[in-house]
This record gives sequence, C-alpha cells and structure tokens, in this order.
Amino acid sequence: MTREIEWEVTGMSGTSALPRSNGELVFESPWEGRAFGVAVALTNAGHYQWREFNSVFIEHIAWAEQSGDSSTYYQRWLAALEELALKKGFVSVQELEQRAQQLAAENDHH
Amino acid sequence: MSETPDNQHTHSASDPAPRAKALDSLLVEKGLLASDAVDVLVEAYETDIGPMNGSKVVARAWTDSEYKQRLLKNGTDAIEELGYGGLEGSKIVVLENTDTVHNMVVCTLCSCYPWPVLGLPPNWYKSLEYRAHAVSQPRAVLKEFGLELDELVEIRVWDSTADVRYLVLPQRPAGTNDLSEEQLVALATRDSMVGVAKADSPALAS
Repeated sequence: MTREIEWEVTGMSGTSALPRSNGELVFESPWEGRAFGVAVALTNAGHYQWREFNSVFIEHIAWAEQSGDSSTYYQRWLAALEELALKKGFVSVQELEQRAQQLAAENDHH
Repeated sequence: MSETPDNQHTHSASDPAPRAKALDSLLVEKGLLASDAVDVLVEAYETDIGPMNGSKVVARAWTDSEYKQRLLKNGTDAIEELGYGGLEGSKIVVLENTDTVHNMVVCTLCSCYPWPVLGLPPNWYKSLEYRAHAVSQPRAVLKEFGLELDELVEIRVWDSTADVRYLVLPQRPAGTNDLSEEQLVALATRDSMVGVAKADSPALAS
C-alpha cells in the first residue's frame, strides 16, 4: 500500500524533484529529514493524498522563484507542509507558533 | 490563477529546525502520527526504498516484445521512452536473464546504482561483504539471498561504474499469462532487477 506512495514521492520531477546524490536522498541537516518524514508519514497515515502536498509545494516553489526568494528546497518544503497542515486543520497557527518559539527558546538555553 | 501561498506564519519564526520539530510533536500529540512514524520512514527512505520505475520497465518488456528488443539494444533510450531519465551522462545497460544465463549486478568500487529506475540502493548493496564476494563467489552470495541456481546456469556478474549502470531483466514468472501489465509490475521486485532473486511468482504477490 505504501509502495504506491513511495513511487509518487521518489518519482517527483521538475522543480519538486528530491535533492539526491548518486540516488540517495540528501538531507543537509536533521530538520530537513524530519520535514520530509512528516510530509510523507501524513500521506502514509491517510491524512492527505501525496498529490495534494506536491501541488502546494510546487506553488511555493513557483512563488519563491518569482519573488526572488533565496530559500532552500526544504525550507520551501516545510513552508508548504505548514500551510497544508493549517489548511487541513491538523494544527492551529497559534499552537504551531507557540510550540516553535518554545522549542527555539529551549535550544537557546543549551 | 492560483492563490499566493499563505506565508504569513512562515516568516515569524525563521529557524526551520524548531518549526519542523514543533509540527512533528503536535501531530504526534494529536494522534495524527505514531511517535516513531517519522524516524522509521526517514530511515526507510534513506536506506531502502522500492524499485519504482524499473518494475514498470520490466513489465513492459514482458508484455511487448518489440519494446524488449529496443530495451536490450539501448537501455537508456528505451527507459527514457517511458519517461524515466536523469542519469546525468551515464547509460543503462539491460541484461536479460534466460534459462541458461543469470545476471547479477554489483558495484565493487562504491555503490553505483541505476537509481532513476531502482530508487535508492539497499544497505546490503552498499555493504563491503556484498561488494567483495559478488564477483568471487556469486553462487554462494545468491544462496544467501535464497536463490539456488542449477549448476548448469551460467552466472554473469556485472560491475557498475559511473558511466554504465546495469538493470537485470528477470524472466517472466510462470503462470502469469493472464496477468495485465499493471499486475506484472508488482512481480518485478528490486532484488530481481539487481539479479539476486527471481521475479516474484503470482502466488507470492498479494
């Protein structure tokens, strides 16, 4: 069942094609892997179709490129993921902001 | 046409690491994701992902003999016909398994792999053990994978390079005459296309 999803995810092409090195996925830092994993896991768990995520993601890429935004592939990925999670009502803006700030503050203390 | 993505919230906290973690942790708390789902998934995608496009190439070759001839003659072009490319200069050579010849693929130097058709290389493909023994004792290695070939079958081992990647065309399993191309796709497993297994028989595929 998840094999179809694997095909969709790893078969993304054009601007949304996954960054790779000799075929292997490249995550520059752990949060990129986490953002990747959350997006795919939500599809595996049946919370949205992969094409829904992909179309929001492609929109973000196009939008960023048009506006000369220098964000990276996974920054755009995360922005798309957040947008979709909010749109679907999985989380609210307030709790997401609050949690992110809390975690950022915890990091600063270490 | 389409609306501008809502970026309001993404500018307020700019460091992506806590944002990714915040989303992950909230989704777990709300029961939308299992607590280890993300770790397990990333691990799977990083280390061992299914064969994807290669299965479709094999199923096409099993059902369309003209396509098969083109595939064996020029793998790169025939694979591109189906829309799969992106090997950046290296070519794909397709090796046909028959009753008398069994092909298997290794990369003794590193882990060159035909990833546009097979996805990510599995861990064992990258292991020193496989790379060291596939050439010297292929029969023993295949046995470890559960594949015992008749002594009369010739085993050919192909060493991948940056310029040439190999894809094994496994034999079409018996008892599949009634299956459609789509159904056959599921039988062309990754291992069969690396040449460490035969294609699944229909009874095994669910």
